[in-house]
Amino acid sequence: MADETTPIEAVEDTDGGGTAEEPRVLPDDPILAKLAEAFPEVAFTSFQPLVGPRQDTAHVSRDELLAFVEAVKAAGFETFIDLSATDHLVSDPRYDVNINLLSMQHAQRLLIKVVVPGGEPTVPSISEIYAGANFYEREAWDLFGIEFAGHTDLTRLLLPDDWEGHPLRKDYSVGSVPVQFKGSHKSS
Amino acid sequence: MAGQVDNHPSFLLTTLEKGVNWTRTRSMWPATFGLACCAIEMMATGAAHHDLARFGMEVFRASPRQADLMVVAGRLSQKMAPVLRQVYDQMAEPKWVISMGACASTGGMFNNYALVQGVDEIVPVDIYVPGCPPGPQSLMHGILTLQEKIMAGEIRRSTGIV
Amino acid sequence: MSETPHTIEDDPQPPAAEPTVEPEGAASPGAERRRVHDIWVAGTEEPEYVAHATDEGAQEMLPRDLDPAIRIQQGVAVVDDYLEEPQIIEDERQILNMGPQHPATHGVLRLHLELEGETIRRVKPIIGYLHTGMEKTAETLNYMQGGTNVTRMDYLSPLNNELAYALAVEQLLGVEIPARAQAIRVLMTELNRIASHLIWVATFGMDIGALSMMIYGFREREAVLAFFEKVTGLRMNHNYIRPGGVAADLPPGWEDDVDGALDIVRAGLDDYVDLLNGNPIFIDRTQGVGVITPEEAQAYGVTGPIARAAGVNFDLRKAFPYSGIEQYDFDIPLGKHGDTYDRYLVRMEEIRQSMRIVEQVVETMPAGDYRTDDRKVTPPPRKRIDESMEALIHHFKLFTEGFKVPAGEVYQAVESPRGELGMHLVSKGGAKPWRLHVRTPSFATVQALPVMMTDLLVADVIATLASLDPVLGDVDR
Repeated sequence: MADETTPIEAVEDTDGGGTAEEPRVLPDDPILAKLAEAFPEVAFTSFQPLVGPRQDTAHVSRDELLAFVEAVKAAGFETFIDLSATDHLVSDPRYDVNINLLSMQHAQRLLIKVVVPGGEPTVPSISEIYAGANFYEREAWDLFGIEFAGHTDLTRLLLPDDWEGHPLRKDYSVGSVPVQFKGSHKSS
Repeated sequence: MAGQVDNHPSFLLTTLEKGVNWTRTRSMWPATFGLACCAIEMMATGAAHHDLARFGMEVFRASPRQADLMVVAGRLSQKMAPVLRQVYDQMAEPKWVISMGACASTGGMFNNYALVQGVDEIVPVDIYVPGCPPGPQSLMHGILTLQEKIMAGEIRRSTGIV
Repeated sequence: MSETPHTIEDDPQPPAAEPTVEPEGAASPGAERRRVHDIWVAGTEEPEYVAHATDEGAQEMLPRDLDPAIRIQQGVAVVDDYLEEPQIIEDERQILNMGPQHPATHGVLRLHLELEGETIRRVKPIIGYLHTGMEKTAETLNYMQGGTNVTRMDYLSPLNNELAYALAVEQLLGVEIPARAQAIRVLMTELNRIASHLIWVATFGMDIGALSMMIYGFREREAVLAFFEKVTGLRMNHNYIRPGGVAADLPPGWEDDVDGALDIVRAGLDDYVDLLNGNPIFIDRTQGVGVITPEEAQAYGVTGPIARAAGVNFDLRKAFPYSGIEQYDFDIPLGKHGDTYDRYLVRMEEIRQSMRIVEQVVETMPAGDYRTDDRKVTPPPRKRIDESMEALIHHFKLFTEGFKVPAGEVYQAVESPRGELGMHLVSKGGAKPWRLHVRTPSFATVQALPVMMTDLLVADVIATLASLDPVLGDVDR
């Protein structure tokens, strides 16, 4: 927050040609701008879709996640919507965890994206901050194998308890059974 | 297979057999085993517009001990499979199974890790009703076909053979 | 065992005789025991942890006397084995297993109820009995086939699922949808809302004890389904709303069909109001039962009629309108107490408001295309295939390979009859989605069950669960 001593993020590069790093664009929206000031390491991207509200994404690192989510909740995002994961397989870091939040009072959405490496798939759990994250984190564990540190009960949710493997990973096959057509084998 | 048939000579009991078969078909009580979308169509079949009650089947018994027909309506997941078998085992003979819908018959459009590809991997099925979901008329056709099958069959079926 | 993480350390064995707890399906002697995070002492004020009563450890109600300082609850852990009987615990708590095959759980939902007499002390919902791997299947189907997959998630309002999917795909494609297609979408989804709420009131009434409601609700719903069958070809799971528009235009004479269906529904609604609203038994069973506060609803992500019955004034159709719904005039019914009775009233009023929207759509339906012109996305009309080589090529490519969607990531949500239904779609530029995650409203609702059910009687559990309208296809996907 306030203690970075490295010059990399501290200065906003307005002309864009001076440093080797990308200039950090502060979002226009006041709530996000305040968050951006409080968390200089977080990058914000946004686009306006054809339908629905502006889609803002905050790219947060695992270490800052809990602090950032607390700040976001205090900033008015009181409704927890979704927590899901994506397996990119060939890129590193391998997984994305997407936390979708809604502020009903400001009519705004925010997507928090945390990248998770495949070799060490652990993310801090936000279920203490948003009670609704509980089942979603269990589902992400169940289907992807991403551990949520601090979750009180990280067990299988959708699959049977003794299931081996995490099906929604890209290296887990869809498990389809070849279809037998009449005449292809004789039944008794 | 729907249970092996005992080929005992019944020429003296033909009328009795026909009578017993007739009573079995006219008052079949289904066990509630609605799983997914097909369950909604099964409920619609039991409701006023399509009316299963005229075939004696309006009484959907939640307790499998009191039921004689199990309509497996919907997709059967791997987690639910032991439950299905247990409910089937609890039903008293004579019992029949209708596999309603594509997912129950063959796994349907979900050919993946999560579903049992056809409930006939778990329980013996008498009638398969195709559709996704089968409309009430299709389900009724399946039930009436089952009734014909029972009427044409023998009244003694060996138990315990799956 | 599988890769369950052991985030909570083992504690030393307490002095009292402790049974070894075998997790389901594992016979390994070294199986770790997982413990409850906190202990609630019966008779004292409930700590907020009760809201986390779902986190109990895999499918077990765990022993609660692990802290030797508090030796009140001498529970014996129940192995979650389907064939074993629940054991009576010394402090007279009993664990009752409800489901997954149960007439009143609205699908294959399993509830572990910890009862003290008739009062529920803890509830643990166990889901997954309808897990179909739809998110995995979605990665194997191209975008025109994708609708068939998502439509079967919330099978009581299939058109809403299709609409959310279509909106997400169209966003990544960057296509605009013609006005007539948007109006048809609004018409079909609002009719679907009416049909879904009718089924809800049918099953809700049946669970409360008004058995005739089952027949009445389905009877009125048949009128709407007949219209759906006329337009889409199917009564349920239509795959009608597709990326690019809708699959076919409305048949001629559709206005009269819609008016006829609405007349039937309206007459039925008046009957239900007479039957139920003032009925003292109904009121006794539903008022004050299953209360959820607005803050709890927001923390758990419970949206839709349940949140609105608690007083949360938020509806996606008003806050983030889609598919041109902002042109129509309608109100959002709000409740006050957040109990079962308010949820019933909110849904009844929502049926009326949906009918209002449908009437406006009938009056103002624009002429035009029912799907976008972009031939890279929607197939050409069949007769053009004979005339034009290009049309033939487009048709061929669309139906064998499917259209490719540019890379990107989007989240689009619609207001389904159960709440916010959202699709998080990740595309890497291919003809099939890289990842489709569906944010379903019933998943959040089932998670919030302990909040609503603690300290209720068993009969109230049925009423509350019925009033929440969970659809297990939505929950488990």
